Amino acid sequence: MVVDGHTSPAPDRLWRNPEPKSNYDVVIVGAGGHGLATAYYLARNHGVTDIAVLERGWLAGGNMARNTTIIRSNYLLDASAALYDHALRLWEELPEELDHEFHFSQCGVLNLAHTEQEARDARRRAFANELNGVDAEWLTPDEIAEVCPILDTSPRLRYPVIGATYQRRAGVAKHDHVAWALARKCDEMGVDLIQNCEVTGFVTAGDRVTGVHTSRGTIGAGRVGLAAAGRTSVLTDTLGISLPLQSHPLQAMASEILEPVHPCVVMSNHVHVYTSQAHKGELVLGAGIDTHNGYAQRGSVHVVENQLAAAVELFPIFGRAHLLRTWAGTVDVTPDASPIIGPTPYGNLFVNCGWGTGGFKATPGAGWVFAHTIATGAPHPLNEPYGMERFTSGALIDEHGAAAVAH
Amino acid sequence: MLLIRCPWCGDRDEVEFRYGGQADVAYPTDPHELDDAEWGNFLFVRANPMGALTERWVHTAGCRRWFSVVRDTATNEMTPDIPRRRESR
Amino acid sequence: MMSSSNPNRLNASVRSGRIDRTRVVNCTVDGTTVQGRPGDTLASALLASGTIEVGSSVHRGRPRGILTADCTEPNALVQRLDGCPEPMLAATEIELYEGLEARTLSGVGWLSGERDTARYDKKFVHSDVVVVGAGPAGMAASLAAARSGARVILIDQHRELGGMLLDGQSHISGHPATEWVGRAARELAENQNVRVLTRSAVLGCYDHNYLLVAERRTDHLPTSSGAATRQRLWHVRTGQLVLATGAHERPLVFADNDRPGVMLASAVRSYLNRHAVLPGRNAVVFTTSDSAYTTALDLLSSGARVPAIVDTRPDPPARLVEQARAAGAQVYPGAAVVATEGAPRISAVRIRGLDTGGALNGSPVDVSCDLLAVCGGWNPAVQLFAQSGGTVRWDPVVAGFVPLNTGGRSTRVVGAARGTYDLAGCLAQGFAAGAEAATVAGFRIAPPPVPQVDGDRPGARPRPVWAVPDESRPPEACTDHFVDLQRDATVADIHAATETGMRSVQHVKRYTTISTGVEQGKNSGVNAIGVLAETLAANSPGEVGTTTFRPPYTPVPIALFAGRTHGSLYDPVRTTPMHSRHEQAGAVFEDVGQWKRPRYYPRSGEDMHSAVLRECAAARTGVAIQDVSTLGRIEVVGSDAPTFLDRVYTNGFANLPVGRARYGMMCGADGMVLDDGVSMRLAEDRYLMSTTTGGAAKVLDWLEEWLQTEWPELDVYCTSVTEQWAAVAVVGPDSRTVVGRLAPDLDVSAESFGFMRFRETVLGNGTPARVARVSFSGELAFEINVAGWYGRALWDAAMAAGADLDITPYGTETMHVLRAEKGFVIVGQDTDGTVTPLDLGMDWAVSRRKDFIGKRSLSRPEMLREDRKQLVGLLPVDTDTLLPEGAHLVEPDASRRPPVPMLGHVTSSYHSAALGRTFALGLVSRGQERVGEVLRSPVDGSDIEVEITTPVLYDPEGVRRDGPAQG
Repeated sequence: MVVDGHTSPAPDRLWRNPEPKSNYDVVIVGAGGHGLATAYYLARNHGVTDIAVLERGWLAGGNMARNTTIIRSNYLLDASAALYDHALRLWEELPEELDHEFHFSQCGVLNLAHTEQEARDARRRAFANELNGVDAEWLTPDEIAEVCPILDTSPRLRYPVIGATYQRRAGVAKHDHVAWALARKCDEMGVDLIQNCEVTGFVTAGDRVTGVHTSRGTIGAGRVGLAAAGRTSVLTDTLGISLPLQSHPLQAMASEILEPVHPCVVMSNHVHVYTSQAHKGELVLGAGIDTHNGYAQRGSVHVVENQLAAAVELFPIFGRAHLLRTWAGTVDVTPDASPIIGPTPYGNLFVNCGWGTGGFKATPGAGWVFAHTIATGAPHPLNEPYGMERFTSGALIDEHGAAAVAH
Repeated sequence: MLLIRCPWCGDRDEVEFRYGGQADVAYPTDPHELDDAEWGNFLFVRANPMGALTERWVHTAGCRRWFSVVRDTATNEMTPDIPRRRESR
Repeated sequence: MMSSSNPNRLNASVRSGRIDRTRVVNCTVDGTTVQGRPGDTLASALLASGTIEVGSSVHRGRPRGILTADCTEPNALVQRLDGCPEPMLAATEIELYEGLEARTLSGVGWLSGERDTARYDKKFVHSDVVVVGAGPAGMAASLAAARSGARVILIDQHRELGGMLLDGQSHISGHPATEWVGRAARELAENQNVRVLTRSAVLGCYDHNYLLVAERRTDHLPTSSGAATRQRLWHVRTGQLVLATGAHERPLVFADNDRPGVMLASAVRSYLNRHAVLPGRNAVVFTTSDSAYTTALDLLSSGARVPAIVDTRPDPPARLVEQARAAGAQVYPGAAVVATEGAPRISAVRIRGLDTGGALNGSPVDVSCDLLAVCGGWNPAVQLFAQSGGTVRWDPVVAGFVPLNTGGRSTRVVGAARGTYDLAGCLAQGFAAGAEAATVAGFRIAPPPVPQVDGDRPGARPRPVWAVPDESRPPEACTDHFVDLQRDATVADIHAATETGMRSVQHVKRYTTISTGVEQGKNSGVNAIGVLAETLAANSPGEVGTTTFRPPYTPVPIALFAGRTHGSLYDPVRTTPMHSRHEQAGAVFEDVGQWKRPRYYPRSGEDMHSAVLRECAAARTGVAIQDVSTLGRIEVVGSDAPTFLDRVYTNGFANLPVGRARYGMMCGADGMVLDDGVSMRLAEDRYLMSTTTGGAAKVLDWLEEWLQTEWPELDVYCTSVTEQWAAVAVVGPDSRTVVGRLAPDLDVSAESFGFMRFRETVLGNGTPARVARVSFSGELAFEINVAGWYGRALWDAAMAAGADLDITPYGTETMHVLRAEKGFVIVGQDTDGTVTPLDLGMDWAVSRRKDFIGKRSLSRPEMLREDRKQLVGLLPVDTDTLLPEGAHLVEPDASRRPPVPMLGHVTSSYHSAALGRTFALGLVSRGQERVGEVLRSPVDGSDIEVEITTPVLYDPEGVRRDGPAQG
């Protein structure tokens, strides 16, 4: 195992690099966190092990490698809270279950409120969390200062902090290592993780999908699950399935390695930035998506500039930290900013997409319910509300509208 | 920071504009003739190609006019949407 | 002679260096005074003083020394302590100044609690041609482009132009190259179209030739000096870009290659020639290519011994070997340094033969030394090129990743940045690219002729060695072969990564953390790729590929990006013309969008609660006044304005008579409430729409979008006039008296000035005004609108006119209470983007006859559900208990174990003076059916019992609207 670049003499084998077989019971497209977690729970919960997880690039090299690693479940709406808290409970079990260090740290998250309306929305969310069994507290500025002394809670701010919700069970994990831990278990259970294998289309027979065309040949499949994030539309377009998805660049950034200074995760919607300090010591900062569609994994610099200005406004001491690296991923966003997890018009093709900026924290929860959906052909109760039919009926899961909390 | 050519003001920085998504999604002549699925598609489904996308921008910090361009969503290369451009007032 | 404080400083007769020998600069490193000269970096001053060792390594605590002379430095990282402490600065990049205080670091910096008082600013510029890098290629490109008349910006990281020419002894046109540099610099400085930015790093190269440049303006000066901005962030949009970013030398990977005294050959040369510092007197040179021979010759001509030049190539160019031997160095061809010794500074190296297959052969030769100059080859600095979307390829001839295309439509790469290392080639490419770029930008010019030079010649083919084999250990056990010195990562670590199954360079980077330090792979990246390629038995590093090059090119303080965007400048503050009056009245302000609105006006001893009760009582029983200038106002004009408003409002506006006002609600296409407000019809073809304070800009955008993209055939124009108007609401039974006094020409009686009518008049103070009878409180009320200029005069006049009636200013909090008592919603507070007009019980405002935006959505299955949340009034059973806003309501018998089904929540909650109790508004499932029911609101472990009621709690008959009977 690895800690901060220290390698012990006998490294764990994480995965084989098998050649793809001609056919699998289940093919999962995308070896990101969600694809891996889905394969893991298919094997663990449903006894399905004849699985290929196909990855066009390197394993967990998409948004799994590019997110700000925040894990929390303090969502307002019942459907969201249930799904994300299920994920958080799984996160709490996984360190032991996966037996591979990924630095899960429940350092807590503060969601700041800067206006009276934000405070109302935040308290509404905290009250709802309590009734849904999700831990939540409402903190005054003085209490916030105790949790996170480096945060400027003074009236000097253009939009002073007037309160915050605090979820103590929330935190961060080391994203790459999460993926490797899942990959290792998948591999151990016989799942084929196949990298550099881009899915370019589907083989269909009537209303069923019988396989996938890939850059390494055609692979037959009993069932197919899409977990391809920003690339989902590109794939479903080949089947004529129109999903309400828009793919956007999402940027994040990190500082050099610093001694511990930032004790928790802080998220602000109004002074738009979220911040934490990684296990290794870098400050990690993220915020909103670039507004235009884009697959370039490259965003616009004014978005970065705004985020950094917000960071310095909230944390004056960040001013002399250095920006070391900025990067971008491609996130797929739905009109209600909640994911789509469920069946498609093709009976044996299932989608898990539209996670926007919420994907990482949901990783095990998404895998759990998507595995259930693929294995049984029907949604798990937790993802029942997340079908694509909600865009016809109007039963949106509109966290965006209902409480403008950044994911 | 994209450089966007406003048909009226010329080349300007992206921060002067607001994005309007896919262009040429016409408001249905009679929305009430559409069934729920069709109406849902109109409301929520927009093209999301990796490649050329005809899209709308509005020059909010300039002339406030809407226009469309063709942009490659993989490279951000932009070309004017000349054949489709609507005559604005 | 060498001075005592600078024992390694060369005599001016040996090397003049680009330092000022007449002055001494004192600084402190780890508590010890270090002396240097102006022109020194912290690293060169340390070396001049005889110090090569810096902070120990991050994980293994191994001693480390200064390795480089540039931004690729992995070891010599310091925390600056003078002024506001700053972490992880490269000593090789810090220009020495008096009073500099630094502490060496071991891979981890720290943030102080001190507030950074330095200023940072930004500039936004356009140019025709930007040239990045002021070495020979970049200077040539700038000269050629500048002579065309194009606007040119030349950007370089260092304090002086010249790049590698300053490190060497080459000649151009028969004169020392530094003279050519001087002439070129003068020519550029004298050209008004040219801007030269030194001490400036291009951080990023973004879409469509947008560059971000960090200029260090005062970092080389003592902390206390001057009021200039410390750093400046330039935003540059350029038509054409010439990248002359040079190349970075790679270190070599072998056993104990991290010992202090191991230094890049080019760095040794730089310290000798630029700083007149001799980093060692007995130097072994270990190289894979020609360039380090010049270092050996420079060392020899500076008085150092060079007992060995170890060249991995079995047949180095005879010319170089001859030169070296003639100068006194022994050349070991086809050999490698396999080990070092020292305690901790290097004292000896062991040399072995290296056969053509890369295996060690022959018997070892031990050579003592105090410096090992290494050259593992060169990495073209392709970072900016790759950021701008360029692709790189492995070039086996120069043994480096080079741009795939060096002459794009608007980006050209010249010189070492594309693997051209000879001086003549760099100049030729620079002149050509500069001329081409200017020509494409519209300034036609031919490239100038290339002068005669005697500098670096085209090199012989290098022989890169990614990891010199260990004498005894297999690669997987090479735990002291360092690939990334900053991260303490070794050849063994790369092997371990591949043992796990990893094949991708991205995985190996993340597993080993190689290239994640402040050098971001400039020093370690390609060596790691090379080692990985060998481990995987790949054909070349090109098969492994690079990781992604990301901005910024070098680390920069986050404060630079923030600039002045903090505190009051973080976001514009909008205030109304009456703002000073609110301040004088002691108002407490609330942020509403960018506006500062008075929330309440506490009198001495009052808290918000008591102030609001007083303000409410004034509005209900006397007269009160509020500044409502922040409401959005949009003029909607044109022959189709009635049609247009009928489409955007849920209710009808075409049939609104001129001279009247009407409340209107608008929805999104999804049928959810978007905004509301009262609009007046000023003329047949002219409406004045009002919006919520926070929604004004959004609504204008919304209107324009529909007009321009869906209904361009409509003759309608929209104009924001929010800033043109100032307005007050005069509210209460006595408001008629006050408005009558203010507007003596206006008949304010109920009979002639009915509700929802407006009149144009001239106030007693001569101000033209529009007076409307609208009410957001249920009381008799007037809204007086005047041109923004007259806002304060209006306020003063109204206060004077109502003085004897104790006219009371009130803020948003009182406004909220008054409107809630009447069941009037605030969009955004009582609605949240999931609420339809029907949910609010506003069926009366939803037209059945006409279509409007969002109407179709209201008949979707979800909108027709009977259990939708509906607006209700909420009365706590205990009349003193205030429901917290945001609290949820549950069935009386609901389980207390989560998840508890929630029926709805409290959107607004207040104490009411008029009702003599607390009350609230809320959205509750089937709320309209539940009127009379008592629900439970669990709050902080206890329950509040709440009775559901209709939303209108005060004056449900509406008798107060026209005020007290007159007469």
